[in-house]
Amino acid sequence: MSSQVASSEAGTADTGQQHPIGLYLKIWALLFILSACSYAVDYFHFAGYLRWILIITFMWAKAGLIVAIFMHMAWERMALIYAILLPPAFLLVLVGMMAVEGGYTELTRLLFFGPEG
Amino acid sequence: MAQEQVIAGDAAVALPQGMAGVVADWSADKQTFHVPWGKAMMWIFLLSDTFIFSCFLTGYMNVRISTTLPWPNPSEVFALHLFGQDIPLILIAIMTFILISSSGTMAMAVNFGYARNRKVTAALMVVTAVFGASFVSMQAFEWTKLISEGVRPWGNPWGAPQFGSAFFMITGFHGLHVSAGVIYLLTIAFKVLRGDYENTNYEIVEITGLYWHFVDLVWVFIFAFFYLW
Repeated sequence: MSSQVASSEAGTADTGQQHPIGLYLKIWALLFILSACSYAVDYFHFAGYLRWILIITFMWAKAGLIVAIFMHMAWERMALIYAILLPPAFLLVLVGMMAVEGGYTELTRLLFFGPEG
Repeated sequence: MAQEQVIAGDAAVALPQGMAGVVADWSADKQTFHVPWGKAMMWIFLLSDTFIFSCFLTGYMNVRISTTLPWPNPSEVFALHLFGQDIPLILIAIMTFILISSSGTMAMAVNFGYARNRKVTAALMVVTAVFGASFVSMQAFEWTKLISEGVRPWGNPWGAPQFGSAFFMITGFHGLHVSAGVIYLLTIAFKVLRGDYENTNYEIVEITGLYWHFVDLVWVFIFAFFYLW
């Protein structure tokens, strides 16, 4: 009972994030299933774009559940959510630039040093 | 409303300059995040840690794309010979399940902390720490196995030499975080049991939990990008 009261008040000042144990157990089970799925991707040798789609999907599903439920981000105020989750989004720019740079480096290596480069 | 008026009123008053101004600005009675200060600070620390791990993983992506040599197949490199056959990635899978389980017990510890049940909270945190310690032990086993097979930061028997440096740096830095987390967990569990936090709301357990869940979170990305790619 008290946990339900606390969760409905979550987000107000100085209120703890107490949520029902049952919720945590369900997320725990879900994370187990998603991890098993990730492992199955490797075990059954999925390849190509299908492998990538599956790996990324399971990865974001797991990351989302951990941040939203285990780290209680789903019940935090918008100010904190934006302050923490928005900056890492800009890392995608870095990832994009480094992917392009990596392709360029590989190309120049092949041109100047050959395939054993 | 009342708070906005106070802020507007402050602006009209001449603010102190120089060092007195620095002190006045930083000690002003303003609050952005309506959570305990320790929790806000932990989140900001985890944000900075996110950038460190992202740099490692992006660097790994860059060297893996740019190398002209074949990348060693993680599925085979991390296979174990069990029950008369090679099972791919099995140790990594077990480590993943252990870390998720430790996150589960940690989340439950937070719940019991807010319920002010000191004994169960401390017990669950110790269980979490034991899971973490077993994770690090398996990582030590994996490192030993790879080193004995000839993997070095500058080369390995199977292909691109960058494999070793990326592996040791990424998993090493993560393992360091898990080890620090185990010490952190045991320290806080001891202090909870001793009753050091009786005059607080037990948000310390949630803050410790944030760090621990983050370690699990980073592993999700390492598992996907280093072991499954």
